Amino acid sequence: MTVKLTASVLAIAAVSASAAFARDNVQVAGSSTVLPYASIVAEAFGENFDFPTPVVESGGSSAGLKRFCEGVGENTIDVANASRKIKDKEIKACAEAGVTDIIEVRIGYDGIVFASQIDGPAYTSFQPVDIFNGLAAKVVKDGALVENTHKQWADFNADLPAADIAAFIPGTKHGTREVFEEKVLVEGCKEAGAFDLYMAENGGDKKAAGKACFEVRTDGVSVDIDGDYTETLARVDANPNGIGVFGLAFYENNTDTLKVATMGGVAPSTESISTGEYPVSRPLFFYVKKAHIGVIPGLKEYAEFFVSEEIAGSDGPLSEYGLVSDPELEATQAAVADEKTMMEGM
Amino acid sequence: MTDASLNTPNNGHEPRAKSSLMTVDARTKRRNASETRFRMYGIAAVAAGVFFLVVLLGAILSNGVGAFQQTFISVDVYLDPAKLDKKGGRQIENIKKVSTFGYTPLVQQALFDKVAELGVETPLQKRKDMKALISASAAAQVRDYVIANPMQIGETVTFRILASSRVDGYLKDRVTRDSVARDKNIKPTHLDLVDALTKAGVIQKQFNIDFIIGADASESRAEQAGMGVSILGSFFMMLVVLGLSLPIGVAASIYLEEFAPQNRWTDVIEVNISNLAAVPSIVFGILGLAVFIQFAHLPQSAPLVGGLVLTLMTLPTIIISTRASLKSVPPSIRDAALGIGASKMQAVFHHVLPLAMPGILTGTIIGVAQALGETAPLLLIGMVGYIATNYPSGIGSGFLDPNSAMPAQIYEWAKRADPAYYERAWGGIIILLVFLLTMNIIAIILRRRFERRW
Repeated sequence: MTVKLTASVLAIAAVSASAAFARDNVQVAGSSTVLPYASIVAEAFGENFDFPTPVVESGGSSAGLKRFCEGVGENTIDVANASRKIKDKEIKACAEAGVTDIIEVRIGYDGIVFASQIDGPAYTSFQPVDIFNGLAAKVVKDGALVENTHKQWADFNADLPAADIAAFIPGTKHGTREVFEEKVLVEGCKEAGAFDLYMAENGGDKKAAGKACFEVRTDGVSVDIDGDYTETLARVDANPNGIGVFGLAFYENNTDTLKVATMGGVAPSTESISTGEYPVSRPLFFYVKKAHIGVIPGLKEYAEFFVSEEIAGSDGPLSEYGLVSDPELEATQAAVADEKTMMEGM
Repeated sequence: MTDASLNTPNNGHEPRAKSSLMTVDARTKRRNASETRFRMYGIAAVAAGVFFLVVLLGAILSNGVGAFQQTFISVDVYLDPAKLDKKGGRQIENIKKVSTFGYTPLVQQALFDKVAELGVETPLQKRKDMKALISASAAAQVRDYVIANPMQIGETVTFRILASSRVDGYLKDRVTRDSVARDKNIKPTHLDLVDALTKAGVIQKQFNIDFIIGADASESRAEQAGMGVSILGSFFMMLVVLGLSLPIGVAASIYLEEFAPQNRWTDVIEVNISNLAAVPSIVFGILGLAVFIQFAHLPQSAPLVGGLVLTLMTLPTIIISTRASLKSVPPSIRDAALGIGASKMQAVFHHVLPLAMPGILTGTIIGVAQALGETAPLLLIGMVGYIATNYPSGIGSGFLDPNSAMPAQIYEWAKRADPAYYERAWGGIIILLVFLLTMNIIAIILRRRFERRW
């Protein structure tokens, strides 16, 4: 009898939950790159405020923004973390679902590093063009585009070690992949002269040429990693010549097994990234649903706390973890305080 | 064909020698040899199984036991009124305004003073140098204490604070002097200081109950993370699974087995139940996302939704095992009951069901244990991430507040950057295995005690 009672109570709870349930915690989802930072902020937020600790889920920038754009209401998330800027397409999708007022908050910059096994060969003279020559589907040979057949790094750059090329790059669902494409592959593509050849091939269409530059060889030399950095780490651990693409923070937590490669002669660090010397970095964002401010308790406080000097500043816990703090943090703070939406900013 | 033709000796072959039981002929030898070989194969197979089990358990234990111990530092913190309650008066509102960042220097100063008091020689001559040793959770711990006891401001209180994950790793041999050479969080000089403090008894490795009962922590403080909240999440999910799948499953199987007519419809249902049992669990996850969250608007990440999804997954298991145990009750029991005038329902509920109960319970427990270890559907309904941070405040919030589950928590830890989380993931596996083992042992005991053989 008691069993039956529990069952009916549960059923009633399930039905009434949607009506009676008032959410009192902030819900966040999105980029797995931003997740560590968001979790640090959420934890400190829970400790210092009377609001419950916000819930932070991961799943990738695109997945987070998709859920963010599902609509307004308590069963949708309040904040989407993203390791890239929101796309016009996504803003449109948001607007169609009724999410019209979005506050964009830039929290700082993240460096993308190339790292290899600590006992493996040292990669100390990478330029974007080397990565392109190693990983692109087609490379320039005698002024023409040919299939990439390079086996070793030394095949095209004598300064690089004579080690087999093996790279583990983030899969296409990651925001990191986009930065890798734009800041490394396209740059290398232009330097190698492939960009111009692609331009000629596509009749001067810049976009198509850029896209062609993103093409990565598919003969198993370059492996897409769809999982997290831990998976990349495991692959690099198993391959002495392997090079993995990581976030700076992840690398700094695993300096005992990983060795970082320089890019353009600069080793990545929070300093070299903030000065712009190290070329491969990207801004990190989170997006707040303005309609939820005032409805979900603690949402605005969370956003303000996130960008406050003591959290996101250059001495705060985020920069300690590996975030490159934003030199324009004060402007961001003001924008959050005023609840300035993206539409007003434009 | 007749017997005679069978007995005819094979033409063109030597007539077979007269066989005797005393002398072993070639064919018997071959047969015996093949039996011996088969036994060897069997032993080898069992040995391989045992070997892998031992390796697995050995790996889990050697990697995970460390998580149950944690490094603590005992320090005497002076709760400086000038910093914690500038206005005086000990108003709780004013005290709350000081954030954990205001407490960090106090804790660092306390350890710094301790080092000076012990006369340890170290090149670390600044208060801020102590930061590498202390967990970020210490400030929150002291702040919580002060808010609970505002009158203690101005006193010196002894705290047992957590050491940072690097220090903890050093005492557990995970972090070595070589490995910290390029670590920006901690320097070898810090490790010298840790050695000295360990000798003085200020730093100690102790059993860490918070790993079992505590909440999840952020990426920067692996030392603070615990399984407690996600254990509760699993517990509430299992309540939902039990409360729904046992009555539904048993009712469905009693009807199908005892009452339903044998026709095409019941055949279709039967085939579908067997098929459902083989459906990958992730499918139920996506179904749960579409039906329970997007359509029924149940809260995300809630154990209630997790429980509903796992119920769908467990139902076929329970129905199949319940039907099997109902079937194994001999028809003579039913016949006897019906023969003395019991109605069909009385026969089933008074005689068949009690006899089938041990089998039903065993099946249920195994189904629930399976659900307990399930991760895939939980990924889709938002139970993975930095979620298991708040204890539920009551029964209702236990079902509805965002929470994680044990396997999801382990998965989450395994993908975090700090290697200290890797150890905790293994430790979490130990806890999960203990739960599963307990449930399976209960199932075995139930079966042994109540099962009847005919």
